[in-house]
Amino acid sequence: MFKKIWGWIQRFSSPKHFYSISGKLIPWFAVPAALLGIYGLYMGLFVAPTDYQQGESYRIIFIHVPAAWMSMFIYVVMAISAAIGMIWQIKLADMIASASAPIGAWFTFLALVTGSLWGKPMWGAYWVWDARLTSELILLFLYFGYMALQSSIEDQRTADKASGLLAIVGVVNIPIIHYSVEWWNTLHQGATVAKFDKPSMHIDMLIPLLVMAIAAKLFYAAIVLIRARNEVLYRERNRQWVRELVEKL
Amino acid sequence: MLKAFYHLLVRDLRLAFRSRHELANPLIFFVLVVTLFPLAVAPSAESLRVMAPGVIWVSALLSVLLSLDRLFKQDYEDGSLDQLMLSPNPLVILVLAKVGAHWLLTGLPLVLIAPLLGMFMYVPDEAIGALILSLLLGTPVLSLVGAIGVSLTVAVNRGGVLLSLIILPLYIPVLIFGANAVDVASDGMSVRGQMLFLAAVLALSVSLAPLATAVALRITASR
Repeated sequence: MFKKIWGWIQRFSSPKHFYSISGKLIPWFAVPAALLGIYGLYMGLFVAPTDYQQGESYRIIFIHVPAAWMSMFIYVVMAISAAIGMIWQIKLADMIASASAPIGAWFTFLALVTGSLWGKPMWGAYWVWDARLTSELILLFLYFGYMALQSSIEDQRTADKASGLLAIVGVVNIPIIHYSVEWWNTLHQGATVAKFDKPSMHIDMLIPLLVMAIAAKLFYAAIVLIRARNEVLYRERNRQWVRELVEKL
Repeated sequence: MLKAFYHLLVRDLRLAFRSRHELANPLIFFVLVVTLFPLAVAPSAESLRVMAPGVIWVSALLSVLLSLDRLFKQDYEDGSLDQLMLSPNPLVILVLAKVGAHWLLTGLPLVLIAPLLGMFMYVPDEAIGALILSLLLGTPVLSLVGAIGVSLTVAVNRGGVLLSLIILPLYIPVLIFGANAVDVASDGMSVRGQMLFLAAVLALSVSLAPLATAVALRITASR
């Protein structure tokens, strides 16, 4: 059983196989991501009720919250795939990790920008040193560090391993980001979604938010596959199968 | 194994004492940076007292950061790092010895001179104890975590800025709780929680950081 799975993993993770499978998978992620994104944005921006306290400006959460979730999710994915790459020597996992970093950094940036835009009407300032905004900023620095290390080492394998180790070390920071909400009691609102027994959010606001969150996850899946495919082509550029592929074009 | 730990520790200390001026540099840097703040802001007791915990802690952080280079750089360049990795002793123990020597040479002097800087910055007397204790618990963490960063960047040309980019974010929890402990102690409140947190982070990094450093050194050596 185990051997069978292992064989399957090795076959799938061979660059050539991955290239052909991922090519077929991408539309299955990209199309639902676009549809759900449009639906979620429409529901969030036009249909969901106006908040009695924050007025219309609360609607930025339909971008902000999924982006913030993704920023942390992608870092964890990065660390896990880096660990897989390190333990089982699967090159594909390293490629997924390095392909994820810029996407995660952009989501973090998006969360920061939307957070500060939301902060202007709410707090009266674009930037407030609140716990969650600050930890998003730190997360952005962690992404930058990862990417800087990755690009400063010439040898590809060494770069993968070194930055992968950094991602694993950095993932220690993720729980600190999460618990910082409790550690520093600051201006930011308390967590409003995690309470599933009695959500403090209106259901008409919650559904578009969750739809947007799923859309963001699918979007990430599609983009990471596209980026990993490019990486595979680049790294295997001297191989026979890539040459055949190019000749066919 | 203990013997190897001891010998490596003594070797590093001895090497460091042979170039004494280099030994004093991080310490002078620490004092110098703290001195800049009264000059840049205002030498009034009220404003300095507010900034003091943060200024002292940030300066300590930067001082340790700048001295991290010495942890592996020379050994990497003259090949003794490869010799260490070839030795039959577990690399984790050797890393611990090197980090221990580094802390004795840079962290401990910072802790010892901190009361003086506390006086410079008008830290109230009752908070000096908290300052010393927080630095005593915090600076070993800085050396331990920093070792991971150095071992990843030691082979990179001009790795200095890169090192600070990847290491400083990891220093933030120590900075927050260290500076906060001094701040809270200045108000005459208990700092038990902050100290316990720093101690927990120290325990965590003593047990995990050398492992990560050993892996990082092997990655660096494999290129």
